[in-house]
Amino acid sequence: MTNVPHNAKRTVGWMGIHRGHKARPVEWLAEKFIYLISLTAILMVFLIFVFVAREAMPLVMGKMNSAAARPVIAAKEMDKLKPDELRDYLGLTAKEFQQLDKEALTALMEVREEEAKEAPKDKDATVNTTEWKYLLGAHHWSDSRPEDRYVWQPIGRIHKYNLWPLIIGSLKTTIVALLFSVPLALAAAIYVSQLSSPSLKEWLKPAIELLSGVPSVVLGFFGLIVMATFLQGTFGYQSRLNAFVAGIALGLAVIPVVFSIAEDALTSVPRSYTQAALALGASKWQAAWQIVLPAAAPGVFAAVVLGFGRAIGETMVVLMASGNASIMSLSLFDSTRSITATIAAELAEAVFGGHHYRMLFLIGAMLFIVTFLTNLAGDLIMHRLKGRLEGRAK
Amino acid sequence: MNPATASSNKLDFRSRGFDFVSFAFTSLTGLATLLILAILAIILANVVWHGWGTFSWRFVTGSADQDMFDVNKAGILPMVIGTALRVLVMTLFVVPIGVITAVYLTEYAQSTAVTTRIIRGAVNNLAGVPSIVFGLFGLGFFISFIGGAMDAGRAEPHWGKPAILWASLTLAVMTLPLVIVATEESLRAITPGLREASLALGATKLETILKIVLPEALPGILTGGILAVGRAGGEVAPILFTGAAYYMRDLPKAATDQFMDLGYHVFILSTQSPDIEKTRPILFATVLALLLLTLSLNLIAVVVRARVRKRMRAGH
Repeated sequence: MTNVPHNAKRTVGWMGIHRGHKARPVEWLAEKFIYLISLTAILMVFLIFVFVAREAMPLVMGKMNSAAARPVIAAKEMDKLKPDELRDYLGLTAKEFQQLDKEALTALMEVREEEAKEAPKDKDATVNTTEWKYLLGAHHWSDSRPEDRYVWQPIGRIHKYNLWPLIIGSLKTTIVALLFSVPLALAAAIYVSQLSSPSLKEWLKPAIELLSGVPSVVLGFFGLIVMATFLQGTFGYQSRLNAFVAGIALGLAVIPVVFSIAEDALTSVPRSYTQAALALGASKWQAAWQIVLPAAAPGVFAAVVLGFGRAIGETMVVLMASGNASIMSLSLFDSTRSITATIAAELAEAVFGGHHYRMLFLIGAMLFIVTFLTNLAGDLIMHRLKGRLEGRAK
Repeated sequence: MNPATASSNKLDFRSRGFDFVSFAFTSLTGLATLLILAILAIILANVVWHGWGTFSWRFVTGSADQDMFDVNKAGILPMVIGTALRVLVMTLFVVPIGVITAVYLTEYAQSTAVTTRIIRGAVNNLAGVPSIVFGLFGLGFFISFIGGAMDAGRAEPHWGKPAILWASLTLAVMTLPLVIVATEESLRAITPGLREASLALGATKLETILKIVLPEALPGILTGGILAVGRAGGEVAPILFTGAAYYMRDLPKAATDQFMDLGYHVFILSTQSPDIEKTRPILFATVLALLLLTLSLNLIAVVVRARVRKRMRAGH
């Protein structure tokens, strides 16, 4: 499909205004309208990032404070503060601040003093847990076991937001999913695109792609109700729901993605390559393994990259089959909790606009950035590969 | 050069006999294909086997007024209606925008232009955004931002809360790439000769697109719509915070009502059931209903698509 005679002739001049709109105003308007609508996809990707990041912004800028006990200034010292300092201290917006008179402000400061008297006294009570060093670094928390230094625990007295348990949880399930699904999907892609007969291929391809029609909540259900018991019986590990079960169920969601893209890449290698190899006496598998696969290698890589993006972003499977305990462990057979499952499970309970709410948007934005980059990489690789193969085929 | 000739003779000889490596390679890859299909078959068979007993007309058309965890009384009609409604509203938004984008990409855009490349990149990227991020987006954009703006001056939030409208719009954004890609494929399957004939008879480009190209591409547009419905019908993560309800006594009546959903109900039954052994039959039957819905839609899409591809090959 490289012939473009139907759109080779374009209207000329600035936005087609010199010829197009005078000759046929409706045509000109329609073209501009269609063009504008087609920008929706770009707009949406942009909006997704902006609006997910917007909710997380106060957190990134260090505007949120999650400390159980905050530093207190005595009410009688109020006059010593500048208006801006006072406003910051009370956490009011400029509008709210203007509406309050001095008496109301004094009352607010007294409330803060009262609060401080009842606040917990231990060493972590004044810690703002949303600072980056607590998100990423180890810390000895006064109210958890000494060996738990990386903790995600957004409930209770001190809200702990360490990201490592979630990141490791996500990576564990993703790695299991990829180890399980990539070899299977690639082998199937080679078989379907290179070795099977054309009539068989017409059946196999849609049949495998039917797997992508199974909703992820059904895969999660299958992992939770059926596979978890079966796998535990087979391998005899302790906790029934863990990264291993979730990873295998997740693999089922990844298989159709990797298969489709790899099959597409392998099929886009010109038939002449295979025919030349066969004419030189190679067998079918030699042509597939030594000629087609190397030629399509970037596409196969793109398939794995996009499979990774799918696996790390999948929610329902992990939410249902991984057990959801946010413990820091490298074992595949411990209950784990991923980034996606954390958002799904906790957002409903988080206070709207609070630090927990914003923290969930922050990890959502991080997830978006990761998948954006993997998608971009996959897209660029496939685009280049196709350009190269089509260029050579001519 | 004598040894070299000898060794190549040897190779020749071996390849004429039984080629073990070739056999192993073909059977290994074939087995992998078989394994994937077997897993799919096991999932389907398992669900049908355990779900068929409870799956009855009464179950499908029963309301959730009675106890939804009671095997003899539970019905899924409100969930079926909720899912159908949200998917229908989504289709109203996603199909026109998707089709117009596809028309731009195939009929107007120059394939080498930077804008075209960026639109394609955005479409591919949108297809890979995690579904939970769509949920966050729906909450941050549709509910907080747009709904919040529509509520300006109102004491109680009317628009700025989870609703079937916002869930549908979130799903529309998510399924946009499916519609675009399917429509584009069918537009490309139409021979350029048809367009040229229309233009040669004096039709303008817009007339050609509206009266010749789009009717001809209808099967592909349908495929896109069906795929989008099949995909969105089973998605749960994007609607978790944008509109799905754990339980509702009434069916949704307005765009701002919440709704019960089939996929979300599967999630509830699997994770929040008071007695998983007792509710197991309801769970399997609900999964069966959901699978029947999504897989039958996918099957239809596959059949229509296969016919489009066949015609494309015949046309070129």
